Amino acid sequence: MSIIDQLAHIEQDALSTLPTISSVEALAEWKSSYLGKQGAIAKLSRELGTLPADQRPAAGQRFNAVRGTLESALSERETVINSAAQNDAFTREAVDVTLPGRPTVVGRLHPSTRVLRMIDGIFAEMGFQVWESPEVETDTLNFELLNIPADHPARDMWDTFYIDTPAGAEKVLLRTHTSPGQIHAMRAHAPNPVRVILPGKCYRYEQVTTRHEMMFHQVEGIAVGQNITFSDLKGTLIGFAERLYGSGTKTRFRPSYFPFTEPSVELDVECFLCKGDGCRVCKHTGWLEISGAGMVHPDVLRNGGYDPAIHSGFAFGMGPERITMLRHGIDDIRWFFSGDERFLEQFV
Amino acid sequence: MRIPLSWLRDYVDVTLPADELAERLTRSGLEVDAVEKLGVADSELPWDPTLVLVCNILEVTQHPNADRLVLAEVEYGPGLVHTVVTGAPNLYQYKGLGRLNHPLKSVFAKEGAVLYDGHVEGKVKVKLKGKPVRGVMSDAMLCSEKELGISEEHEGIMILPDDAPTGTPLVDYLGDVVIDIDVLPNMARTLSMVGMAREIAALTGQTVRLPDPQVTPSGADINSIAKVTIEATALCPRFTATMVKNVTIKPSPFWMQRRLTMAGMRPINNIVDISNYVMLELGTPNHTFDADCVANNHIVVRTAKTGEQLTTLDGRTHQLNDGHLLVCDTAQALSVAGVMGGESSEVSERTRNVLVEAAVWEPTIIRRMSTAFKLRSEASKRFERGVDPEMLDLSQRRLTQLLSDYADGHVVTGMIDVRSQPKREVVIALSTHEVKRILGLTFTRDQVAELLAPLGFVCTPHDVDTLHVAVPSYRGDVSHTADLCEEVARMYGYDNLPSTIMADELPVQRTNLTREREHFTRDILTGAGLNEAITYSLTSREAAAKLDPAELEADHYLRLANPLSPEREFMRRSILPTLLESANVNIRERGVTRLFEIGRVYHPRPDAILPNEPLRAAVVLAGPRVPASWQSSTPESMDFFDVKGAIECLVERLRIADVTYAPSTVPYLQPGRAADVMVRHGKELVTIGHFGELHPDARERFGLPAVRIGVAELDLHTMLELASVPRYQSISRYPATTQDLAMIAPVSVSAEQIEKSIRKYSGNALSNVEIFDVYTGAQVGEGMRSIAYRITLRASDRTLSDDEVSKIRAKIIRGVEFDTGAKIRS
Repeated sequence: MSIIDQLAHIEQDALSTLPTISSVEALAEWKSSYLGKQGAIAKLSRELGTLPADQRPAAGQRFNAVRGTLESALSERETVINSAAQNDAFTREAVDVTLPGRPTVVGRLHPSTRVLRMIDGIFAEMGFQVWESPEVETDTLNFELLNIPADHPARDMWDTFYIDTPAGAEKVLLRTHTSPGQIHAMRAHAPNPVRVILPGKCYRYEQVTTRHEMMFHQVEGIAVGQNITFSDLKGTLIGFAERLYGSGTKTRFRPSYFPFTEPSVELDVECFLCKGDGCRVCKHTGWLEISGAGMVHPDVLRNGGYDPAIHSGFAFGMGPERITMLRHGIDDIRWFFSGDERFLEQFV
Repeated sequence: MRIPLSWLRDYVDVTLPADELAERLTRSGLEVDAVEKLGVADSELPWDPTLVLVCNILEVTQHPNADRLVLAEVEYGPGLVHTVVTGAPNLYQYKGLGRLNHPLKSVFAKEGAVLYDGHVEGKVKVKLKGKPVRGVMSDAMLCSEKELGISEEHEGIMILPDDAPTGTPLVDYLGDVVIDIDVLPNMARTLSMVGMAREIAALTGQTVRLPDPQVTPSGADINSIAKVTIEATALCPRFTATMVKNVTIKPSPFWMQRRLTMAGMRPINNIVDISNYVMLELGTPNHTFDADCVANNHIVVRTAKTGEQLTTLDGRTHQLNDGHLLVCDTAQALSVAGVMGGESSEVSERTRNVLVEAAVWEPTIIRRMSTAFKLRSEASKRFERGVDPEMLDLSQRRLTQLLSDYADGHVVTGMIDVRSQPKREVVIALSTHEVKRILGLTFTRDQVAELLAPLGFVCTPHDVDTLHVAVPSYRGDVSHTADLCEEVARMYGYDNLPSTIMADELPVQRTNLTREREHFTRDILTGAGLNEAITYSLTSREAAAKLDPAELEADHYLRLANPLSPEREFMRRSILPTLLESANVNIRERGVTRLFEIGRVYHPRPDAILPNEPLRAAVVLAGPRVPASWQSSTPESMDFFDVKGAIECLVERLRIADVTYAPSTVPYLQPGRAADVMVRHGKELVTIGHFGELHPDARERFGLPAVRIGVAELDLHTMLELASVPRYQSISRYPATTQDLAMIAPVSVSAEQIEKSIRKYSGNALSNVEIFDVYTGAQVGEGMRSIAYRITLRASDRTLSDDEVSKIRAKIIRGVEFDTGAKIRS
């Protein structure tokens, strides 16, 4: 058999065994047995010298061609085998995607904190700054300076925890509302304009039920200047309601009574659960009460250091727990201060 | 305040359906709590006008086959007669009397009528169906109050008054709607039917009809028989008295009882009911004395003498002092003025002559007395809110007329009228400019007058844009221009006023840095995996003593004078007791807790009446570090170092410099697993908190399970003051090299001491030091410990050479040994 014939034989042999190879190891073996330095082609090529000189160039070309063919066949086969090996690995490493992920440990903010932040944020955009004032107050600040003298029937509106103080000393109490903050804020600013909100805890001497807590948060707001009207109060509270409950939220302003505002108003928003048709949550009225407000009473303006003939302003108050309860459908306020993580972890 | 519309209609035409009226009232500041409907078409149990009728019971006979049943022959219209089987015990007495001379009026229901089942608990509707009862066909019935939904009464059938019109649908006779209104303290004027009628008239464009009682008096003028002296002139602006003789005590007429019941008051007898009726009608509480028990017919209004006593109608005896106001005769106290009558002059079965008091009192004295004596009555409620002094004349006429008509009394001529203060005349100048300044909308002078007039304000133009507004006597709540602006707004409609954006100068804006950092702290702690709790600021010393038994006797607490319960009697000085109580619930329910709370604590100050309210942050951690999962079913439990991790995270992110930790001896932490947190504040080193694992004794006192409970409480106020803005550190472009050094030292040498020393000797090239292994055991010997540090070195301007690195390493080893005695582990 001539060298060329032998070469053709090797080529045919190599190409016919290649498709049966399926592992990287066998492929390496194939490569060394045909294309390696000690491989069949290399061995045969050593016999080229035995050919007559005129046949050598053609035979050399033939050798290169076969090498080329086998190398490209090898590379093709390599791709096939690698991809099969990768697919095998993928199959081996596949997971059940429905198994739960690794738990991350993330803490949550108290739902009241969330709502307080929303309220802070909305009023900040309207130019109200956040202020704070004491939770333990004097009777004077909590009541007297807010136009609620002793023995006034309006005192029934606030059941009060008093601090045990020596007889004859000034009465000290747990603030029943954030409204004493109005006086603090006005006195710090008068006669310059003031525009602040005052969030914080309040306390009421009240049996704890699903609807009433002895401790709760309130956010007070006050704006006093030389050109502030009841219409501004409406605009501000409507702006707040629309940002909290979405634009186009229907509102209703009802005359009300607070000793420290005149005129006084109660703001209702359309019940977002029944869209005003009436349901259990809105006690079948179609409306939810969200804020009490009014124009600061002339006596209170005076107590805050302003001249009611020149200055005017409005004040409002709202309860974040109530807003939170409505927002999340919570039917029992007692969970708020329980520290029970089965409750706390239900919120973002 | 309960307003039966049937009663209200005496004084004003009600032109709106009940529900619309309720909505109108709510929008005008009279918040309607409920609209109760009785028998009318849209009520819970409508009385069918064709099936439920007023009837006459003509005769009652024994049921032939049952001892406890009777047959009643009933007439429910001209010539309409029916026999009804009933077991009503209140008919037994008429059995076998034949045709009744005086037929009884009752309520007849025909087959098909829907009523409540009288024999079952609650309100269950049933439709009346004919069926034989012991052989006699029963297809109609006589109704009890329960079956009609009027009351719970089911002892017998309802008996109507003799003048009830036979054959009339019951709904026309007794059907009613009651509007229940939550009257705010400034709305005293609406605490009566007439007052409510005035308000409704103004809101709906109607006119009010005041009652005009006609009385025929006789005999000598009362002023010649009796006398009134007001000694306490400041407390009693006006006192009037009349007298009615030869009264008969008996039940009041059915219609009056019905109205009182619907308005929420219980009928007693004619005298008491008339008194209450006039109070509800005109808003003027009044009092009736047995005139024969008033010594010398001389009434004296005075403050009590200290030591004086009075037994009130409820049988309680009160000790009096000069802060109490009395109505007396010349011998003794007769009543607590405006609050409650006394026993000695009470109207009784034997009373013949009645002295009628109608007066007004200074509101605060009434409030003080009703609070002190715990006597909150319908009368005191009205007096403490303010009663119209000019309504007394009409009230007296009404009282005497009703006593004449329904107690058969003879009215004595005249009325004693003592005014100790002049009639209150309030006129307020109101300019359109002021209305605009407060409400933000321009009204003309005449528009303002038109809005105010229906409410009874008499407006007189003063100049081109000013009105003089005369306030009616029943509007004691109006004294400022602001009050008038409210009335203008109310009548115009709050919802009709514009909504505007404040055009006033925007005050200077300042950031509340503390508040922002407080919120940032919450974000840091939630980021560290903790849930935010808010617990009560109110606690008990017992709860605080669980943390530290010394607290049980401590007097450094703010204490409530009127706690709701002993568990909530003291203002907390620490967040931990209440937070641990919450943690306990969580550990028991879920085996894990990761809580923090940020809030105030309350520290009384000896030199001030108000306490300090420092801001604290507290942490409680217990249970598995990560939730158990299918990958890791038994995660490790949290301990000291988890709490420390949270604190370090806080310190690092708030950028508080120079924080150090040292072993702590606070009593509630387990010794050896307790640390103080200290920080340089100015020139001082101050402790800003403690953390560690809860002492087993404290744990037991809280009833917590025997697991490690990590706790911390920090002075957040100080921490937030020390917080700073991060300074950028340039990042080197040159490679870092790490050196591992294991140092052996006695366990008494702290990790911090060694690290400090490493930092000192590393020079500028030091980028980071961290501990990657801590070992105690046989290989290092008793009492010794090996701590392995990984030190990262990097220069900002070059790659460090091997030579430089080994020089630094050698320097560190020498230095650490020199400072701490720690030796390199070979």
